[in-house]
Amino acid sequence: MAEKMELNDVEVWDGNYAAAQALRQAQVDVVAAYPITPSTPIVENYGAFVANGYIDGEFVMVESEHGAMSTCVGAAAAGGRVATATSSQGFLLMVEVLYQASGMRLPIVLNVVNRALASPLNVRGDHGDMYAGRDSGWIQLDAFNAQEAYDLNFCAFKIAEDINVRLPAMVHQDGFLTSHTAQNVSPLSDDEAYAFIGDYKPVEEMLDFSKAVTYGAQTEEDWHYEHKAKQHRALMDSYVVIDRVFEEFKQKTGREYKRVESYLMEDAEVAIVALGSTVETAIQAAQELRDNEGLKAGVVAPRCFRPFPFNEIRDALADVKAVAVLDRSCPMGAMGALFNEVSAAMYTTPSRPLITNFIYGLGGRDFSLEDAKHIFREQKGHADVGYITTHIQQFSGLRGPKLGFYETKRSK
Amino acid sequence: MIEIRWHSRAGQGAVTGAKGLGDVVSRTGKQVQAFALYGSAKRGAAMRAYNRIDDKPIINHAKFMLPDYVLVIDPALAFTDNITENDKPETKYIITTHLDKKELIAQIPELQDKQDRVYVVDCMQISLDTIGRAIPNAPMLGAFVKVSGMFELEDFLESMKRVLAKFPQKIIDANMAAITRAYNEVN
Repeated sequence: MAEKMELNDVEVWDGNYAAAQALRQAQVDVVAAYPITPSTPIVENYGAFVANGYIDGEFVMVESEHGAMSTCVGAAAAGGRVATATSSQGFLLMVEVLYQASGMRLPIVLNVVNRALASPLNVRGDHGDMYAGRDSGWIQLDAFNAQEAYDLNFCAFKIAEDINVRLPAMVHQDGFLTSHTAQNVSPLSDDEAYAFIGDYKPVEEMLDFSKAVTYGAQTEEDWHYEHKAKQHRALMDSYVVIDRVFEEFKQKTGREYKRVESYLMEDAEVAIVALGSTVETAIQAAQELRDNEGLKAGVVAPRCFRPFPFNEIRDALADVKAVAVLDRSCPMGAMGALFNEVSAAMYTTPSRPLITNFIYGLGGRDFSLEDAKHIFREQKGHADVGYITTHIQQFSGLRGPKLGFYETKRSK
Repeated sequence: MIEIRWHSRAGQGAVTGAKGLGDVVSRTGKQVQAFALYGSAKRGAAMRAYNRIDDKPIINHAKFMLPDYVLVIDPALAFTDNITENDKPETKYIITTHLDKKELIAQIPELQDKQDRVYVVDCMQISLDTIGRAIPNAPMLGAFVKVSGMFELEDFLESMKRVLAKFPQKIIDANMAAITRAYNEVN
């Protein structure tokens, strides 16, 4: 029987340690991992918990991230609660198996500590890996700080394992900015944490020999399409369970999560839409602009990147005049993915705000309060004249000549 | 909001120092943030670590800061790193050196108009004498306690003991001695 760990009401943890503690408290049956910067400390600390008797489950060291996720698939199909962690190139090596996991409806939890993609090699944070998972059929929850990385792990297990969902889930946090930044974290006790997610209830487990089942069957044109549509529908409909689990988590801890988070949006005229730790920096910038310049700025952030909260984005941005959507991933020959998705949602609303796209923070480039304020002020400029006065896609924090693409065809 | 920037070499314990400081400060009910800029940095490479301390939750995740305190724990970095970058008229400097304050400032032009805000302490010698290794982070914490006046030394030592609880008593005692000596010697 695993030993319990005494925790203080407030600990100073970085995002990696917070995630490792959550995995320990979830009493995972199998963690199979191949560590990679900046997610390494998650499995490193988890390994120490195993060695020190805090975990009953299996810790499997494998030869690659492909092997790690493959082992997770096998263990989940066998009927266990399963989790792992990765980043960047490791995530890319897992991609082939991610689609298998979701197609087989296996509720694995994957902590993704977001990091840039090579080449050039870079260990620091951007959202290139997170974006590479967006069509993989996984639920993607996004933490903006260490506390949230901890909390969302519990929500992820409970959502993924729900009989009405049965889909794998990722918990994202920003490499270094969250994963290696120690902040005050209020943990749950071991008993409270485990009681929240409860015992794992296996579904169609392969280790039940009295009822043989097949995972990963082949379907050609006769059934493949129906399977994929059904899987898509399960992911689209998972929002019901996500909302319910967030509500239960709030009842338990007082900490509230929504699929789309809105900050200072009550009377906002302009907004930034972003993901990750940038959200919090943007909130502080918005507050300072309100206090010092009377600029009615707000921030909207998808907590849930998949399923994409199309309706909630429309509601959150219904009354603003200008929106900047920030993508921390180089779209390589297109507009940013988050920009495209937010724009598509807002196109179907009566207000159709002016929307521009900023690429920023690639490879860990700093995003400062001043950078956020500059973007807000530019949106105010668009709002005042009623059309987009800059390029539609711009680059924040990029050195060298100003880079921008496309101009508006809408005038006042 | 108090912002602190550590100048260090990878391996000297600035990350541990910054996290330890955050841990201790959190026990006084404050909100803290501790982070570092490293990654593929090699042992001995110049690096920086950062702390933010506030009464309300810290939501600024930018590395850019206008530091209230600059803590230099490697003697040579005072000469080779840009330790006055983004400073303010009230920024205080605590620099580890075997030189006395006048000698040090005479050799660093950037510090000459900030003499009343520069403090020196020989963290290297203190850590060699007390801990037995050149790990200057613990003494720097003692110097910071004195210069900042944020805590009583006794309270800080008590909290630090709890942070170090997993280590053998000998190591805890050595760290307490290092912190106390730096507290008394910084000037």
